[in-house]
Amino acid sequence: MSTTTDMKPAETKKSGGFTGAAANYIDERTSVSTAVKELGRKIFPDHWSFLLGEVALYSFVIILLSGSFLTFFFQASMAEVHYDGSYVPLKGVEMSVAMASSLDISFDVRGGLLMRQVHHWAALLFVASIGLHMLRIYFTGAFRKPRELNWVIGFVLFILAMAEGFTGYSLPDDLLSGNGLRIIDGMVKGMPVVGTWISFLLFGGEFPGTAIVGRLYSLHILILPAIIVALIAMHLLFVVVHKHTQYPGAGRTNNNVVGYPVLPVYAAKAGGFFFIVFGVVMLMASFFTINPIWNYGPYDPSPVSAGTQPDWYIGFADGALRLIPPGLEWVIFGHTYSFNILIPLVGLGLFIAVVLLYPFLEAWVTGDKREHHILDRPRNAPTRTAIGAAGVTFYAGLWAAASSDIIATHFKVTMEGVIHTLQAVVILGPFIAYFIAKRVCLALQKKDREIVLHGYESGRIVRLPGGEYIEVHQPVDEYERWKLVSYTNYKPLELTPNAQGKVSPIQRVRAGLSRWFFEDRIAPVGTKELEESHGDHH
Amino acid sequence: MASDETSGKDLTAADSSSVEHDTAAAGTAVVARDAVANPGFPPHRPRITDLDPRAEKRAERTVYTLFYLSIVGSIFAIAAYMIFPIVPEDPGSVRLNNLFIGVGLALALLALGIGAVHWGKALMHDEEGVDERHPVRGSDETRARAVEIFQEANTESGFGRRTLIRNSLIGALVVFPLPAVVLFRGLAPQDQDPVALLKQTMWEKGTRLALDPSGAPIKASDVTLGSSFAVIPEGLMDLEHGRLEEKAKSVVILVRMKPQDLIQSPERAGWSYDGIVAYSKICTHVGCPVGLYEQQTHHLLCPCHQSQFDVADHAKVIFGPAKRALPQLPIAVDAEGYLIAQSDFLEPVGPSFWERQ
Repeated sequence: MSTTTDMKPAETKKSGGFTGAAANYIDERTSVSTAVKELGRKIFPDHWSFLLGEVALYSFVIILLSGSFLTFFFQASMAEVHYDGSYVPLKGVEMSVAMASSLDISFDVRGGLLMRQVHHWAALLFVASIGLHMLRIYFTGAFRKPRELNWVIGFVLFILAMAEGFTGYSLPDDLLSGNGLRIIDGMVKGMPVVGTWISFLLFGGEFPGTAIVGRLYSLHILILPAIIVALIAMHLLFVVVHKHTQYPGAGRTNNNVVGYPVLPVYAAKAGGFFFIVFGVVMLMASFFTINPIWNYGPYDPSPVSAGTQPDWYIGFADGALRLIPPGLEWVIFGHTYSFNILIPLVGLGLFIAVVLLYPFLEAWVTGDKREHHILDRPRNAPTRTAIGAAGVTFYAGLWAAASSDIIATHFKVTMEGVIHTLQAVVILGPFIAYFIAKRVCLALQKKDREIVLHGYESGRIVRLPGGEYIEVHQPVDEYERWKLVSYTNYKPLELTPNAQGKVSPIQRVRAGLSRWFFEDRIAPVGTKELEESHGDHH
Repeated sequence: MASDETSGKDLTAADSSSVEHDTAAAGTAVVARDAVANPGFPPHRPRITDLDPRAEKRAERTVYTLFYLSIVGSIFAIAAYMIFPIVPEDPGSVRLNNLFIGVGLALALLALGIGAVHWGKALMHDEEGVDERHPVRGSDETRARAVEIFQEANTESGFGRRTLIRNSLIGALVVFPLPAVVLFRGLAPQDQDPVALLKQTMWEKGTRLALDPSGAPIKASDVTLGSSFAVIPEGLMDLEHGRLEEKAKSVVILVRMKPQDLIQSPERAGWSYDGIVAYSKICTHVGCPVGLYEQQTHHLLCPCHQSQFDVADHAKVIFGPAKRALPQLPIAVDAEGYLIAQSDFLEPVGPSFWERQ
């Protein structure tokens, strides 16, 4: 694209010189000028939280680059060999070719360990940034019309990112990755009716078999990345179609988008940011070891080390397995029902289904069919924010449970105590978090009203002639004020009978949810109140 | 809550006047008639680099210095590749190789990135631009034309009229992926039954218990009181194929405690030998190897999900998500004093599965 964007006619000849000729050559064959015209000066709004999605995109690019390098050396075979590489402690040890080639990448290829660590750190960052990006989208209401489908695409990407992570984690065929697969095998076998056969097909026979690494490799480097690339393309296409959301601010409306153009500002800032993200990942890979498979050794079904943990993003699932109380497995009519596995599976399935469907739920409750391009400040949607806080608490409780043994040994508390506490956190925590978050939101909204009506505290204390001390309040300027008063308020839905004079049960549910969402609310300050409060800034 | 200080008459459904192009229903959203008006853009504030030519010069210097620094970093990384090679069998050399190539690359990347961002923020034109938004939906004409196209295609093909063609086409499209599903049966061997395989292990009457991983048989007299170790069937290490698969089922944890500490049910009375008991090492939850044995309490812990088993009492579950006790391997001693299995496990080992009973 750079060849088409050289805007220095003064330095080029009348014909445009080489750049002009090249641009002409390409445009006559691709019509690229149309794309430049449409996209070149497209405006994007600025905010630090918009960078989270960018971090996700860039870490994916880093993963592709480092991963491609690794494929040139990694061999996805489970054939047994005697290790004969540079790492002395494992010399002569029997292991799979996959493990041996991973060790060779780490100890015999210059820069190989660096690329392995770049790949792993970038993968951790990928999932983390997607998670934070989703939280940003959620808490600012950016999932509202017209972006519901893009929320779904992003959600699927989050799941695929975790699948990529898990398949990649399993490839080196070291002790930890084998144990991870063993847990997956156990969970699959616990599924009613089909479990035994799915496990048998997945592993190409009995666990661990000699097929799984090769199969996961196909998924990891071909099928999953292809789907991810396609979905990212769609995700970004929708960002272009919808134009980016923006935070409320003076001059910003639902009908405009205010910010800097792609060329030149975002080319520099976003392009530069890619290199910054890459540089930070590179620093981490240079200084911090990740996944030292040589310490774990090859997979063997017998040994296991204490404190085994999955990569962080699988933690919530592993934690869910740990928190199940004892005894939840029964034989009913000659078949084994493993509720100790089914409850986490179904529970997490429901949890992610709610996350997936939330935009549609909220749209149904509000009945709001308008497009929303101005983001909500989280405080201005107290119930949504509170639901989010509850969800985060639920997730965090499960996640902490994946480290229950580490918590117990580090803080010198009992294992049972940690599990029981986290069981309570997962069940009661969301309610407490919901309540607190909602009250905090309402309080912040009240504070906003206070500032709009009576100004902000200037910190200047004045003693009046009568001896009274007051703090001088300064009025906010109209631009600041706009941020505080420009939000949408909703009223609970009133039940109205339909043509037959009846209220349908669906309407009742909707009205109930609407009441739950909007019963407690703080209306934005209007001009009338503003006028009444004038001269009140003491 | 006393929050709707504007009374009902001041409220109106949020109408289309505030969102000119959008005539969609606002649902339960309300806007007050006296809503504060958008004040428009605040005045632009110039940056220091816009006002002070020296600051601008300084920023320019910073940017190109960073770009040159990036070149230095890249060259350093190339040099480090050669200066710090990997010396076989010297882990320290791997560390230096990793560190210096990485530091060079990090410098190259960070300097490039920070330089570009600084250029964008400090020197490039700083006035914000405004793009108009348009409704995402196509215009009415476009939509009408789209409908028309589908109608034309329908008329010209007869898709809606020739129902036999249409329905048989849908049928063909639904059925054609099914062979692919069948093909995936080949993922696992055709001549094996997973249920039968899961229900048997390598242990049989007279198989000697051997140390993991050396494979040396174990004499009962060599097992010290309070010890615990992993045990495999003798001959496992000599298997040509399926060694890990067999091991994943047959590995056993052997524990010796005082015979009086051992609680034994009458039907398992002869399954231990002089306080030596053998239990499957594969957790009955999801199949991790249970590894951590506590000598004083006789408790065995699975490090994956913290199920705890009481070895003194039939390896019953005393805490954690597992339901079933670890299966016990009945053991005895042969004429030469070696520990042997009396039979295979009497129940499937490892995680539960549908056809387990």
